[in-house]
Amino acid sequence: MIAAYFVLLIPFAGIIFFAIADSRSDMGRINVYFNAVCLLATLWLAVNVVNHGTILSANKAYIVDPFNVYLIVLTAFVGLTTSIFSAPYMAHENEIGKLTAGRLKLYYTMYQGFMLAMYLVLTTNNLGIMWVAMEGATLATVLLVSLYRTPESIEAAWKYFILCGVGIAQALFGTILLYYAAMQIGDGSNALLWSVLYENATKLNPEILEIAFVFMLIGYGTKIGLVPLHNWLPDAHSEGPTPMSAVLSGLLLNDALYAVVRNKMLVDGTTHSNIAGYLMMGFGLLSFLVGALFLHRQKDIKRLFSYSSIEHMGMMTFAFGIGGSLATYAALLHMTVHSLTKSAIFVTVGHAAQIAGTQRIEKIRGLIRTQPQVGWGLLIGTLAIAGFPPFGVFTSEFLVLLATMHSYPWLAPLVLLGIGIAFAGLFRHIQPIVYGEKPEGQLPVKANLWPVIIHLGLVLWLGLSIPGFLAHWFSQATVLISGSTPL
Amino acid sequence: MNIGQTDFYTQAILSLAALVGLTSFLMLGQSRLLRLIFVFALQGFLLTLTTSLAAYSLGNPHLYISAALTLLLKVIFIPWMLRREVLQMNIHRDIQTLKNKTMIMLGGASLMVFSYYVLHPIVQNTAPVMLNALAVSLSVVLLGMLLMISHRQAVAHVVGFMSIENGLFFAAIVATKGMPMVVELGIAFDVLVAAVLFGIFFLHIRSSIDSLDVDLLNRLNEIEK
Repeated sequence: MIAAYFVLLIPFAGIIFFAIADSRSDMGRINVYFNAVCLLATLWLAVNVVNHGTILSANKAYIVDPFNVYLIVLTAFVGLTTSIFSAPYMAHENEIGKLTAGRLKLYYTMYQGFMLAMYLVLTTNNLGIMWVAMEGATLATVLLVSLYRTPESIEAAWKYFILCGVGIAQALFGTILLYYAAMQIGDGSNALLWSVLYENATKLNPEILEIAFVFMLIGYGTKIGLVPLHNWLPDAHSEGPTPMSAVLSGLLLNDALYAVVRNKMLVDGTTHSNIAGYLMMGFGLLSFLVGALFLHRQKDIKRLFSYSSIEHMGMMTFAFGIGGSLATYAALLHMTVHSLTKSAIFVTVGHAAQIAGTQRIEKIRGLIRTQPQVGWGLLIGTLAIAGFPPFGVFTSEFLVLLATMHSYPWLAPLVLLGIGIAFAGLFRHIQPIVYGEKPEGQLPVKANLWPVIIHLGLVLWLGLSIPGFLAHWFSQATVLISGSTPL
Repeated sequence: MNIGQTDFYTQAILSLAALVGLTSFLMLGQSRLLRLIFVFALQGFLLTLTTSLAAYSLGNPHLYISAALTLLLKVIFIPWMLRREVLQMNIHRDIQTLKNKTMIMLGGASLMVFSYYVLHPIVQNTAPVMLNALAVSLSVVLLGMLLMISHRQAVAHVVGFMSIENGLFFAAIVATKGMPMVVELGIAFDVLVAAVLFGIFFLHIRSSIDSLDVDLLNRLNEIEK
């Protein structure tokens, strides 16, 4: 359990350090160190969980089980690699005068604040604290979206703030209803603890829980970016600094989905109907299809990939909605590979935008000729995210499709169609970007592509063969969520 | 339900619920910003009253802390901040013409009916007073959203946002006798940070579009201009 406290304390120390320390040139490196130490702590935590099973802290305030521990490790990992990318990237932004040193300091403070909020969402056992931390994640990132202080970025941040704030208020109403249902069976002090509620799920009032889940799905769904609550997402992703887009896409969306799935586990235990699942399937499929269609008409490269995030989050929500072991396993795998691939893509997109000096798709051309690493990185990342074999996204999408054919065969054509549309939508934009003619005077930038190589390498590995311990890990999480073993 | 048969606490809660609902409607129809902020502070004050009453009659001392937090945040700090902003921007004399005021009020009334309809299944298991309290809080939440949709000023958006928060808080106090202390402190912290962020945002919006009219925030769009 000590490891869990470390995971929370390290980013907290990071916030205090960056808030107090004077602006200095090596803040980026220190940010990397904080994230690296945190990754070690999460690995320690993971080893504990693998050896001893679910860990509940003494006062039941924190819970770490196979489901959330892999997300914790994933969060720490993406947080680390993104910080490695962000150090030279933000230094470059500072050099060309887009950012002042003071804002850089704000950026690093909030980076750690965001990481803390994410770890708290994942580790807490208290559904109320989960809400508080989720809102905290919005508050930490809202000033980062408007970091460049352009009118567009301020508009994006305002939209993000208002939409997510109002959206997530619905989740609090859902949590209050859940608490109300729980108060009727027991004492108040423990009634928001997930582990207690899960044990007593059969005693809870199913009608109240159904209503509560609707509110929670809408609330956290706003953060997942489910259509029609997704409006903030492309704006916030496109206007904020690129490392922020990478962590928002790779981590925040996952953790919001995690909150929904946790609550779904409670509702499923109570109602014995699949009402929560149907709602998630509906919202998920809608987001998946709308996200895929919107890919075609994007003019901004970061907006393009944020719609791709909406599409993939839709697919995961859909898969969790189907329930059953195969779909759950696929959704867990998809969460991992999507996080890794999408954050790698945003890293290359950040470099591409720095090379071209703009985010407009029609102005970014000839990447392979200008800087082959960036061009190939973007191309391979896009291949991976579009679900090309042998990458991990192919495996997980294939499993989702398989689960759909098994449980709801009439939905399978829609899923296939969506994958096809998304594929075409991505490639019509990316093909000229990487292969096109190089514009006059376009020069390479200083780029650190190790995060991309590591992420895409991992995604490839997951696509070719899932290592035994990871498969075991996913199976444990699947058993926890769906109640039966996969395959 | 015969109102005469219920105890004093229940009766008081019901009246306060009605008043909180009323303030939401008052805000919805308000076209002057300063008055809007005043009504918002009034709603916060009603909430403080509710919380103190609950603390007193349920003998739950930690609710006094919530009441004090509400008083400080929702009655004093946030209205003060918004008022200062409005006076500084010199927009307090502007009268916003609300389009379709009648439609908005009718819409608000239907939202209230809708809240009762949504929460009706709950009444089977609990006292009718719960249904009233929860339905009023849900309608305060929904009316807050309607307020944000119908008003075009950033200040009105903040009021709507915070009034949604008020609705949730009312539900937490009345239906569940307050959330656990740690959660409540967390929520209060979030509200405080949100209020400070709003203050920062006003500054940014003002310096970038020289107005607090959110209709001018329309650059990001799927349609190319």
